[in-house]
Amino acid sequence: MNFDFSDEQKQLRDEARKFLADRSSSKAVRAILEGPEPFDRELWKGMAEMGFLGAAIPEEYGGVGLGHLELCVIAEELGRAVAPVPMVSSIYQAAEALMLVGTETQKQMWLPKLASGEVIGTLALAEASGRVTEKAIKAQVANGKLTGVKSPLADGDVAGLAIVAAREPQGVSLFIVDLDGPGVARETLDTIDPTRSQAKVTFDGAPAERLGEPGQGWRIVSDVLDRAAVLIAFEQVGGSDRALEMARDYALERMAFGRQIGSFQAIKHMLADMYVAATLARSNAYYGAWALSTGSSELPVAAATARVSGTQAYQHCAKNNIQVHGGMGFTWAFDCHLFYRRANGLALAIGSQTTWEDLLIERMRRRNDAPVAA
Amino acid sequence: MNFDDTPQEAQFRAEVRAWIQANAPKHLEAELSQATFGNSALKSEDPIVAAKAWQKKKAEAGWACLHWPKEYGGRGATPIERVIWGQEEGVYGGLGGLFIIGHGMCGPTLMAWASEDHKRALLPPLASGEHVWCQLFSEPAGGSDLAGLRTRAEPANDGTGDWIIRGQKIWTSGAQNSDYGILITRTDPNVPKHKGLTMFWLDMKSPGIEIRPIKQVNGQSGFNEVFFTDVRIPDAQRLGAVGQGWQVSLTTLMNERLSIGSGMPTGFPDLFNYCLELETADGPAIDDPMVRSRLAQFAVKASGLKYTGMRAISALSKGETPGPENSIGKLVAGASMQELAMFALDLQGQAGVINDPEHSDAAMKFQAMLLRSPATRVEGGTDEILRNIIAERVLGLPGDIRVDKDVPFKDIPTSGRS
Ligand SMILES: Cc1cc2nc3c(=O)[nH]c(=O)nc-3n(C[C@H](O)[C@H](O)[C@H](O)COP(=O)(O)OP(=O)(O)OC[C@H]3O[C@@H](n4cnc5c(N)ncnc54)[C@H](O)[C@@H]3O)c2cc1C
Repeated sequence: MNFDFSDEQKQLRDEARKFLADRSSSKAVRAILEGPEPFDRELWKGMAEMGFLGAAIPEEYGGVGLGHLELCVIAEELGRAVAPVPMVSSIYQAAEALMLVGTETQKQMWLPKLASGEVIGTLALAEASGRVTEKAIKAQVANGKLTGVKSPLADGDVAGLAIVAAREPQGVSLFIVDLDGPGVARETLDTIDPTRSQAKVTFDGAPAERLGEPGQGWRIVSDVLDRAAVLIAFEQVGGSDRALEMARDYALERMAFGRQIGSFQAIKHMLADMYVAATLARSNAYYGAWALSTGSSELPVAAATARVSGTQAYQHCAKNNIQVHGGMGFTWAFDCHLFYRRANGLALAIGSQTTWEDLLIERMRRRNDAPVAA
Repeated sequence: MNFDDTPQEAQFRAEVRAWIQANAPKHLEAELSQATFGNSALKSEDPIVAAKAWQKKKAEAGWACLHWPKEYGGRGATPIERVIWGQEEGVYGGLGGLFIIGHGMCGPTLMAWASEDHKRALLPPLASGEHVWCQLFSEPAGGSDLAGLRTRAEPANDGTGDWIIRGQKIWTSGAQNSDYGILITRTDPNVPKHKGLTMFWLDMKSPGIEIRPIKQVNGQSGFNEVFFTDVRIPDAQRLGAVGQGWQVSLTTLMNERLSIGSGMPTGFPDLFNYCLELETADGPAIDDPMVRSRLAQFAVKASGLKYTGMRAISALSKGETPGPENSIGKLVAGASMQELAMFALDLQGQAGVINDPEHSDAAMKFQAMLLRSPATRVEGGTDEILRNIIAERVLGLPGDIRVDKDVPFKDIPTSGRS
């Protein structure tokens, strides 16, 4: 049994960590948090050059053709570094959707641009407050023209390519829309995590090209989100670990009542519980990575497991990291809030925690009902 | 990343499977697979007789304590082979509860500290289940603070070199069924508490030992009080030097956490199946979003523990030592099981109160879990002690302030109220 990453994959992790320590430092993240730029363009370019964006994209489509385990390793490091780049939208979702159901022409057209970072992609689902479900989709396509509003649309202010879920007579389908084309109006939104941009995008007769079978949009979305869930779980695991390390370091350094605060059991036990949550989340993320990389029929259960556990751990670690830091933790100057913002942003990125809890149990039930293969 | 056996592992697994297939007590399989936490499995046969019979059969074919050296009754198997054995033994492993303390804690302690002659004499019948062992550590005054124990060992004044034991142990699991035990005592009250301890092994039939079962919350009597009135132990049965008992006990406790922590059940499959079957006025319980949310929280804990275990096994398979992540096992499983039991009873509404296999849902298994799970959070290191261990050994935080560390044992205050 080898339920672990290989030595080469661990080497890639070290490389990514070094690269990001240098290029996605707290200063770099804060520049995006505080400044007008929606994401770190230099970092994004550097990641493309390192082959991070194209890690799981085949070479024939301009990628590096490594695989999803390598992408998981990179995702974990992006999470640790709170990297301010449109990775979730462009690589975990848009590229995955194209690889899953794109025609040869569509893949040739878009994947090389996503792998090189030249174009940013995104998946457009949410339209309003509340759970994002198939029923909630109101955007429409008629005669190849898209009308409707997508909000919040992750990286919608900077993306060139949107894969949009919209209604047509056959049901909900997916469409490729050029966001730099006609009939598109965008407006950047203020959010709890400005290091990953969100926009309100209004479509008024924007040209839309079908992606995948008509009426099959939500089934495809579900497959894409499972893949994204595993990759995001690695970002969550990376973030959890980093938040725990910060809290541990501060607990060793800060003195109160003549002692290190890390010698108070209330603090020690809080940190122990953070370690427990982060460890469970890591093991569940590995389960997801295994299912994703082997194309296992377990993926729907594994992805939801990794997702629920990752969200739980990152929120737990990020909030308690602030608690351990006391008043300092609530200052803009300390980095605790970068993790708190990202943890809570990622918790919603592809659907809320209760949505995924519901999916997990529904899928376990279906697995249970399915006849055991001979 | 994969779950596949190496060729050698696959070959070993096939060998194990074939032997178990041919030799396991199949007539007990159905009953054993019904076992749930806190509900002893066997009704049709005396569990002790069944446990000893299976252990003896394994030992005769070289499958008992297989990771122990051959000369001590084992097979000299690798750690990963031991894991594979455990996976293949499946429900029949449930028969081994009687031996957990002997095989998991007493055996390794003897192996590290007993004389060669004693090891060759004591370990094979321990491995084969002929002898049952218990662990005589905790006392009324020393549980988490084990080094606070008061049972005295004093040299006999007849020139034999023997030791005379006076005092009391408590919470001793299985003492009533045990042939031997390992016993930690105080030999010197004039030095700080960790320095005045000495470990022995002893015959539980020695004159002067009195065992009184203690009735537990769940009505069973797994643990006991053990009284020592002038019990004589030959000096040759000392484990480690006089005053070295604390170091010796650490061997036992390290092994205790390994054997209690790994592969702990969380009760999740039981709860999931129950929710599938349970019909409410609004339809199946599993369709209720509130139920799903709670189930999902339990599911990711169970899964997280399972795959944490897989990571540890992978390390073993590569010949590495598993990392500290395994220390979370008992902490997560104990708390999870207890909450899960409360939730299952809540789903039963007012009827959840019924503790009767004829009238309770799911054959009363969640009531049994409710009434057994508090012990998991205490035995083998409480939740609080485990959090301390994670904080100190894994995360590198400072140890607790110990006001009694440098004080002679006899001067340490004994009551919190003045
Ligand atoms: C079912 C069962 C079987 C057992 N079997 C055996 C056996 O076979 N042999 C044996 O020797 N013992 C056995 N034990 C005893 C067990 O190891 C002790 O009960 C356990 O270590 C706790 O000790 P205590 O009961 O004295 O509780 P205490 O140590 O008095 O603890 C009381 C409370 O104080 C807390 N506490 C204590 N110290 C600290 C600290 N430093 N920091 C924070 N909180 C603290 C504890 O966490 C707990 O909540 C068994 C116990 C049970 C429940």
